[in-house]
Amino acid sequence: MTTASRPFVPRAVGTAMPRPDGPQKVRGTARYTVETPGTDALYLFPVQAGVARGHVTAIDTTAAEALDGVVAVLTHENAPRLAQGDGVLQSATIHQHGQYLAAVLATSSETAREAASLVSVSVVEEPHAAVLDEDSPDLYAPDALVVGATDDTRGDPEAALAAADVVLRQTYRTPMEHHQPLEPHATVALWMDEGEGERLVVHDATQAVSWTRQALAGVFGLEESAVDVVAQHVGGGFGSKGGTHPNTTLTALAAKAVPGRSVRYALTRQQMFDLVGYRPATVQHVALGADRDGRLTAITHDVVDQGSRIGEFVEPAAAFSRGMYAAETRRTTHRVVPLDIGAPTFMRAPGEAPGSFAGECAMDELATELGIDPVELRVRNEPDVDPETGLPYSSRNLVACLRRGAERFGWAERDPAPRARLVDGWWHGTGVAAASFPVVRFPGSLATIRAVGSGGYVVEIAASDIGQGARAALTAIAADALDVPVERIDLRIGDTALGPAGPAGGSAGTTSWGAAVVEAAERFRDKYGDDPDDGDEADASTPDNPWASDYAMHAYGAHFVEVAVHADTGEIRVPRMLGVFAAGRIVNPLTARSQFLGGMVWGLSAALHEESVLDDRFGHVVNRDFAGYHVATHADVGTVDVEWLDEDDPYVNPMGTKGIGEVGIVGVAAAIANAAHHATGVRVRSLPITLDAFL
Amino acid sequence: MKPFAYERPDDAAGAVATVTADPDAAFLAGGTNLVDHLRLGLATPSTLVDVTGLTSTGITDLPDGGLRIGAGVRNADLAADERVRARYPALAQALLAGASGQLRNMATTGGNLLQRTRCSYFQDLTTPCNKREPGSGCAALEGWARHHAILGATHEPAAIACVATHPSDMAVALVALDAQVHVLGRDGERTFPLTGLHRLPGDDPSRDTVLAHGELITAVDLPPAPIAARSTYRKVRDRASFAFALVSVAAALTVEDGTITDARIALGGVAHVPWRASAAERALIGAPATEDAFRAAAAAELDGARPVDSPRGGTAFKVPLVTATLVATLRGLAGEETA
Amino acid sequence: MHAELSLTVDGHHHDLTVDTRTTVLDALREHLDITSPKKGCDHGQCGACTVLLDGRRTLSCLSLAVAHDGAEITTADGLAPDGELHPLQEAFVQHDAYQCGYCTPGQICSAVGMLDEAAHGAPSIVTEDLTGGVRLDRAEIAERLSGNLCRCGAYAHIVDAVSQVTEEVAR
Repeated sequence: MTTASRPFVPRAVGTAMPRPDGPQKVRGTARYTVETPGTDALYLFPVQAGVARGHVTAIDTTAAEALDGVVAVLTHENAPRLAQGDGVLQSATIHQHGQYLAAVLATSSETAREAASLVSVSVVEEPHAAVLDEDSPDLYAPDALVVGATDDTRGDPEAALAAADVVLRQTYRTPMEHHQPLEPHATVALWMDEGEGERLVVHDATQAVSWTRQALAGVFGLEESAVDVVAQHVGGGFGSKGGTHPNTTLTALAAKAVPGRSVRYALTRQQMFDLVGYRPATVQHVALGADRDGRLTAITHDVVDQGSRIGEFVEPAAAFSRGMYAAETRRTTHRVVPLDIGAPTFMRAPGEAPGSFAGECAMDELATELGIDPVELRVRNEPDVDPETGLPYSSRNLVACLRRGAERFGWAERDPAPRARLVDGWWHGTGVAAASFPVVRFPGSLATIRAVGSGGYVVEIAASDIGQGARAALTAIAADALDVPVERIDLRIGDTALGPAGPAGGSAGTTSWGAAVVEAAERFRDKYGDDPDDGDEADASTPDNPWASDYAMHAYGAHFVEVAVHADTGEIRVPRMLGVFAAGRIVNPLTARSQFLGGMVWGLSAALHEESVLDDRFGHVVNRDFAGYHVATHADVGTVDVEWLDEDDPYVNPMGTKGIGEVGIVGVAAAIANAAHHATGVRVRSLPITLDAFL
Repeated sequence: MKPFAYERPDDAAGAVATVTADPDAAFLAGGTNLVDHLRLGLATPSTLVDVTGLTSTGITDLPDGGLRIGAGVRNADLAADERVRARYPALAQALLAGASGQLRNMATTGGNLLQRTRCSYFQDLTTPCNKREPGSGCAALEGWARHHAILGATHEPAAIACVATHPSDMAVALVALDAQVHVLGRDGERTFPLTGLHRLPGDDPSRDTVLAHGELITAVDLPPAPIAARSTYRKVRDRASFAFALVSVAAALTVEDGTITDARIALGGVAHVPWRASAAERALIGAPATEDAFRAAAAAELDGARPVDSPRGGTAFKVPLVTATLVATLRGLAGEETA
Repeated sequence: MHAELSLTVDGHHHDLTVDTRTTVLDALREHLDITSPKKGCDHGQCGACTVLLDGRRTLSCLSLAVAHDGAEITTADGLAPDGELHPLQEAFVQHDAYQCGYCTPGQICSAVGMLDEAAHGAPSIVTEDLTGGVRLDRAEIAERLSGNLCRCGAYAHIVDAVSQVTEEVAR
């Protein structure tokens, strides 16, 4: 695009390729963060606040320090000072339940944990707020969303609603949810001083080594060049490993107290509910106005989010409704209730996941009201240009996804009547919902390409493989960009030594990193041709997309599901799911299918299981393990079919990819709720959908 | 986790003597619940006495046609035993509906009976709990109480309130099947109906069972009963697998010429004990095997039900859920009987 | 308090001294640097720590090392002696039956143990006839592996991989 002297010709891209690290993963020899060999390593175990707000009046570490094997006990009174940032162990003030109040360093994990239990903390408790109350006097309008404005109004939606033939007004609720990657967040930190000044070396379970480096450099007042962050294998992230949380700072801080020794800290599963972010709960008011033919005349989507006084993250749920369907008038708003709880963060398809539950259930309710097939209703409201920006689409194949999905699912035979199919004691129903997710590109990933030996290339970029398959995808992209077989690519990732890089997040990894790799390959071939000498090297940063202000760019999808609800007990199952996606060019069909499947299973899990129960009396999540916080198991998942449509989009990036990590989850919960209604006649507008709704 | 000594006596009597003599000692069997509790700081024994291999791991035929299950028999082995599958299917199903394949390979019969409630407040040292810390209050009463009781709980006064449930599936089937439990204590062995092992919270929710400190379960007997061969276990939970019961039903019916002549019913997920549904049984015997009779039986059992009325998720839904599950289970059994 | 014990792990004998509180999982990971079994929850609720202990699939996070003196342990790494992948491991790679890989060694050990249990006729809660034989269809495999959570949601591919091996064994 920018310097596209030669077109990107996909050969390896588009071909199924097993993960290069597959054999290591199936043997368990791929090493994750906490498994990194350390130097004279110490184990860290923290002491956490048992109240949501207050301050520490005294902290007695004598008994802990007296234990054999305890090397240090850090508290706010003796911990090294931070230059700036999140205040870990910097003051006596308690801002949230679970906040770190002390950290024990010991030579064994058992001793560290025991010693932590012996630290005696005296606390004065202060009143706290933890209820998501729409009428809260503290409710506020945030300055902006991560992308886009807080509020957006086009025309006069209330007038249009008043004049509409049919109006649907409903409130939908989604709960607080936690990412819970199977690998708990973990850090191994080491401070060194080998005569060239202080150096901090951190292995961290992160989706973005560069972001972690930037955060730690800031917090500790170091040059970024004095901080190394490494993440070779990351056991899932889903957003929680995007930001740098107090656990990483704490580990680095503790390591500073014992220079020359590595400090390891992996969170317990319970701690994963306190300190590493979550998807905030939402209350979403949706109104749709339409004429008798189902053409939308008004869309309003007003969201109230659970928030935190510690750090702001706004779940941009109403943003889903800004671009999905055509309508002459529209209003989307976001408000936040700040609470004395941990800070929320990005979680798989932030905004779109909960927003689509409201938006796509509302469309289904409207279809029922109008007596129009829900696939047809969506098709009738397909916009010609992006309603939010007025720009034409780089490509938009939502209708094709809906049509193809309907065909494959057997939608034509569907009887729209609810509660009409009882088979062996189970009510069966089917539902549909649409999905979208924007094409995101993060700037500033550096790719370096170096010729080695005879015909080989080392390709370096500090990308993160959190399971999405970056190793396979970038190897294929590099091979095609250099016009060589994949066997000649030696890809190196996951280390800040390779230069700055954007995160594995926003479904943007392949776009951001891949565009840099293609650009570097262009420069390399321009400079050295296709028969370079050993050591020839070129690099490039992610180029800007020259089409960014000319086209609206999104991936789309359509979900079709079958739901069964037990006629006696109300148990709900999802025996069949189909997702059809239009998401640009698919780099690796093998791993891409896993990403779509994974997103759909996340949608299923959110629909039926996931809810972090925040007990407002105490201010913390009380179902704080995998027996309390259910995620889908093997047995919850029935037949899952995935299909994608070929899309050749020349505007998104040189590879033609749109990002697929998130679009798979969007709309799934709505499709399941819509199918549950079709099965039983019961409309559930609050997640998760559990059996009590059907009793 | 507090440090502890580990001992492995030569025989069960030695283990009983060791634990009886030391108020801070505890038995260790499969470890699937105890090791958790050690880690959470819920259990702080100074000595662990490993009884693995000290109680029988065998399942033996009794002269009367019943079965004796050694306390050391692993859940997986008990579920796979062909005699259990053929003669006591509700027990096999209850075991298979519980936990996961790995946990069933580890957990023992004795340990399964003695597992403790999974009430989240019980397991959370930062919240009040009368079971864990007598007199501190019950956080579940007005908290997240989805897995809590509707029968036999103590709602007030606050200092003794407890609405926890017993989490075992196996125990529910054993209670329905009239199992007897053998217990070895310092003064010898005693045998009593399993319905007498667990206790309602009453005024002391800290005690789950009637066992004295140092008493060790050595075996469980299943009496011979033709009705048991047609028993079944139905578990209703929030996930399709690997989840504790919201409600479960172990049941067996004998129907002759359309009339119910015998019934065995126990409920799980509803009380501090595996709940033998005697009122439902009484209502059924002599009644016609009809939907109305099944509903009447459920109503009889639930007559004294008192759900947890919590603003943060109570158990009111369990009253209709027990009814629905019991009726559906009995319908299935009656259908089989007439088929 | 400490105890001396020996473990045979993936065919190698180890003598070690551990705290009585040390689990088999921590003995492997922290004492022997055998990190194939993963710590996902340390509570028996995720299955990532699954190993074959004396031949049976077991949660190493809930097993105290001191109680398993002399045990024979096989990890996922031990299923591939000399780097030759076990057929199930090959099938996982072929079917992309994972994403992040953190639950994978546990899934594989669990599946190996499960196949053995099924071969011995052990029923599951979804087995239609408790006293009949076992046919490992997709529902059976899924139920029997439900003790192994995969947060990436690779379940469908995992069942594909296990089914393929099941069919190969059946032939």
